Amino acid sequence: MDKLLNDFSPGLFVVQTILLLLLILLMVKFAWKPIMNSLNEREEGIQDALDSAEKAKLEMQNLQADNQKLLNDARAEREAMLKEAREIKNSMIEGAKEEAQTQANKMIAQAQEAIESEKKSAMAELKSHVAGLSVDIAEKVVRQELSNKDKQLALVESLLGEAKLN
Amino acid sequence: MIFLTMKVAKQTFKFFVLISMLFASTFAMADTPINKDGDDGGQVDTKKEVEDYILHHIQDSHDFSLFSYTSDAGERKHFGFPLPVIVWSSNGLVSFMSSEFHHNDDGSVIVEKNGVKLVKSHSKILELDAGASAVSYDAEHHATNAHRVWDFSITKSVFGVLVIGLLMLFWFSGLARQYKKKQIPTGFGRVLEPLVLYVRDEIARPNIGEKHYRRFTGYLLTVFFFIWILNLLGLTPFGFNVTGQLAVTACLAIFTLVIYTVSGNKDYWMHILWMPGVPYLIRPVLAIIELAGALVIKPFSLLVRLFANISAGHIVVMSLIAIMFTLKESLGVVGATGLSLVLSFFITLIEVLVAFLQAYIFTMLSALFIGMAVAEHEHH
Repeated sequence: MDKLLNDFSPGLFVVQTILLLLLILLMVKFAWKPIMNSLNEREEGIQDALDSAEKAKLEMQNLQADNQKLLNDARAEREAMLKEAREIKNSMIEGAKEEAQTQANKMIAQAQEAIESEKKSAMAELKSHVAGLSVDIAEKVVRQELSNKDKQLALVESLLGEAKLN
Repeated sequence: MIFLTMKVAKQTFKFFVLISMLFASTFAMADTPINKDGDDGGQVDTKKEVEDYILHHIQDSHDFSLFSYTSDAGERKHFGFPLPVIVWSSNGLVSFMSSEFHHNDDGSVIVEKNGVKLVKSHSKILELDAGASAVSYDAEHHATNAHRVWDFSITKSVFGVLVIGLLMLFWFSGLARQYKKKQIPTGFGRVLEPLVLYVRDEIARPNIGEKHYRRFTGYLLTVFFFIWILNLLGLTPFGFNVTGQLAVTACLAIFTLVIYTVSGNKDYWMHILWMPGVPYLIRPVLAIIELAGALVIKPFSLLVRLFANISAGHIVVMSLIAIMFTLKESLGVVGATGLSLVLSFFITLIEVLVAFLQAYIFTMLSALFIGMAVAEHEHH
């Protein structure tokens, strides 16, 4: 301890104090202040750049989201249109079918009517034809029957009988 | 790294001269004693001489000497240059070049200037009392008829401080200028910038806090680089031991003390003088302890830690180099030299780490103390 104190040089202490003070002042003025300012500026610049990059990224994301939304809307619209078209198609087919059905029904009905009237006229013709035929047959039968005199008299008798009854 | 070790091994050229002489003496004149006509102070080969040499190196010096040797004519030659001696004697300011002492360090060369007689004894300038013509020492080797003077000389340490100060100004103002032209520094500035950022982001900011750190960053940066570069300079063969000077570390510690004492806020002083939350009777006792801690123990720990670490480093490295001579008898020349080289190599590696570590610790603790002084407490 004694030796340590003996080695302590007060003069050196004073000189060192002055020099260190001077060094600190000079360094602060000519080195640390400008260096610190530049470093801070640079760091702020970097921070700003990062922030704006982040912002740009967000904007980009928004834009992309918008695009996606538009795309989705368009897709939905297309779907709706397709659906509508399909519906229209179906309804048209349905309508056509119905119309065809009624038309067919109508035609069938007309045909049936025509058939009916044809049938009737055919029946009438048949009837008249059958009547003629019957008369003919009857004529032939009667002629056959009346070839015999007795039989003619018998018939006249029966006919007269009948006429009497009337 | 090898380069550095070599540098340390070359702490003075003397050692190399000695090694060659040792080999020469071992191989050529194996049976001839090395020193026939007494020691001229140049050869450092006994334990006592090694010890004296190391202790001498640890001290500040008034010359800048790189190495010295003894010429063929038996004359001591010194390589280096003298530095100005400036002392405040009883007769006012006296200044002259240290060469006037002719490298004498035992007080036998007297320089007479302005009517005062000055001698240099163990790296200290003494002024002879009136009427005395030579220094006389008592049994403990204290001068009896001379007293110390205020020594403002440009000693080796002051010279080192000046050189490093100018170097720092040159480097960092260069870095500052670079930012005017470009965002990213190039060249040496690219090396310095991360160091500056390191001190700011790892030392100042976390310890002092986001709000106040800017005010103290300048001081912390200056101190960090000052200590670190001077520590590293101490490992070079120039043999600076600036951060191993008590006066220098004391000055640094007192700067920190002044800064945190001056910038301490109300909370800080209240916690020292009238600690809240403890019984009133204990508060004055605590105040004494806290005051002692803040004003004495903190700066004292700072100054002693740095001084002791750096001085110890120098002593250990030089002692390991001295193994070459001290263990020559028991291990042989090759063994002692090899052992010395290996050990001093690894210790030097550690010293490079210590150089950084001590600068870091000093700055860190300074920041911590400042941070404690400016911290804003939430009132509970």
